[in-house]
Amino acid sequence: MTLLFDLQAVGVQFGRVQALRGCNLRIQAGERLALVGSNGSGKSTLLRTLHGLVKPDQGQFQVDARTRQAMLFQRPYMLRASVLHNVALGLWLSSVPWKLARAQALQALERVGLADLAGRHAKALSGGQQQRVALARAWALKAEVLLLDEPTSSLDPAAKREVERLMAEFADDGMTLIFSSHNLGQVKRLASRVVYLEQGRLVADLPTAAFFNGPLPEAADNFLKGEFG
Amino acid sequence: MNTFFDSAATAFSLITSLDPLLAGIVGRSLAVSVLACLLACSAGLLLGAWLGVARFRGRAVVLALLNTALALPSVVVGLVVYLLLSRSGPLGFLGWLFSFKAMVLAQTILVLPVVTALVRQTIDDAERSHGEQFASLGARGFMRSLILLWDERHALLTVLVAAFGRAVSEVGAVMVVGGNIEGFTRVMTTAIALETSKGDLPLALALGMVLLGVVLLLNGLMALVRRWRERLDDPLPDLDAALAAAPVARGASS
Repeated sequence: MTLLFDLQAVGVQFGRVQALRGCNLRIQAGERLALVGSNGSGKSTLLRTLHGLVKPDQGQFQVDARTRQAMLFQRPYMLRASVLHNVALGLWLSSVPWKLARAQALQALERVGLADLAGRHAKALSGGQQQRVALARAWALKAEVLLLDEPTSSLDPAAKREVERLMAEFADDGMTLIFSSHNLGQVKRLASRVVYLEQGRLVADLPTAAFFNGPLPEAADNFLKGEFG
Repeated sequence: MNTFFDSAATAFSLITSLDPLLAGIVGRSLAVSVLACLLACSAGLLLGAWLGVARFRGRAVVLALLNTALALPSVVVGLVVYLLLSRSGPLGFLGWLFSFKAMVLAQTILVLPVVTALVRQTIDDAERSHGEQFASLGARGFMRSLILLWDERHALLTVLVAAFGRAVSEVGAVMVVGGNIEGFTRVMTTAIALETSKGDLPLALALGMVLLGVVLLLNGLMALVRRWRERLDDPLPDLDAALAAAPVARGASS
């Protein structure tokens, strides 16, 4: 298995706030890693650090530079343009000529079932459809690693199921998934490994079955009881 | 009151008869301000967009200076341009003083900080809100500025209209560097000042009406742009969802 990310004692500080502290994490290609924890525990900062949007202040961070990455945000931003152009932009920014980018964007929209909305104004789409457009962007870029920051937290159940289905299909195609979620049912369905964070620290790092069934550190155990109890 | 109404009636007839003197002044005034805005916008849009995204040491000082330049008195701009273009000044060799070009230059300098500061604020807000998502797609630095600039194009139209309003209504700078020469550098604002002092109130009032009309037109344009933006950004509510919710609402009220 290829090692994609290697974090050793990584820390991130925003002013006086220590968002991540002493994080040790190794992620291999093909994993489905879920980040869980309460609000402010450092899940989003960890995802942003992995994606290169945040530079660590402490520790060592190694990433396979050849790996193509894409990131989905909780509320994906859509340009004031058509759905097709929103997907094509990502390709164009990665040096694909505009005409070819449009053709590939249409294929990506077909992949997520939105080809018939290609000409629509992207801002007019529902939250679930916008998240699928964001997934189409990632698919069009042939991303090998997909980072998702609470991708379904603001979606209705039907849209949530659709996004989850696409995430699972992408993972089955070999894409590495790293996602944060408050939805433990979703974590159970999608993840092969769960990392629990609290106050910027990695408190537990276990295979999914062990996380939900086995003994856990007290903080993680309390989190689970809070969710299920 | 009679003087006012008589002057207003004469002014109205000057406008409706397209008086050549009035038309010449209005045309020149609009040409100076449109050219100044084009020049200021071509530089200000790029500079403002770059400042909205760039993070560098000393940025806060640059922004403070830029915001100070927003309140530049137009006569001070006129004075500086006058000194630059005067025979003994560094740009005296151009021979632009008391010319159309001098007025365009003065208004450009006056409007540039307005365009730059307003664009900077718009792009800065957009960068904080969703710049990270474009960075994630691979849009670095200046490329991200350009994408945000394009994406905020409707908001920026308002900036352009505001800049034109500032240019067309200023009097101090064009008076100092243009000299208010009849048929050459006389524009609406300088003509209003002169004709009022001469007692030719109908022409001054006619020019004032045209100036007000231009500003009114600009405001109308801004309102239209704003409405157009709102329609694009806030699509019509989902009728299906509204109809699905209707029986529940009826049930609750009965």
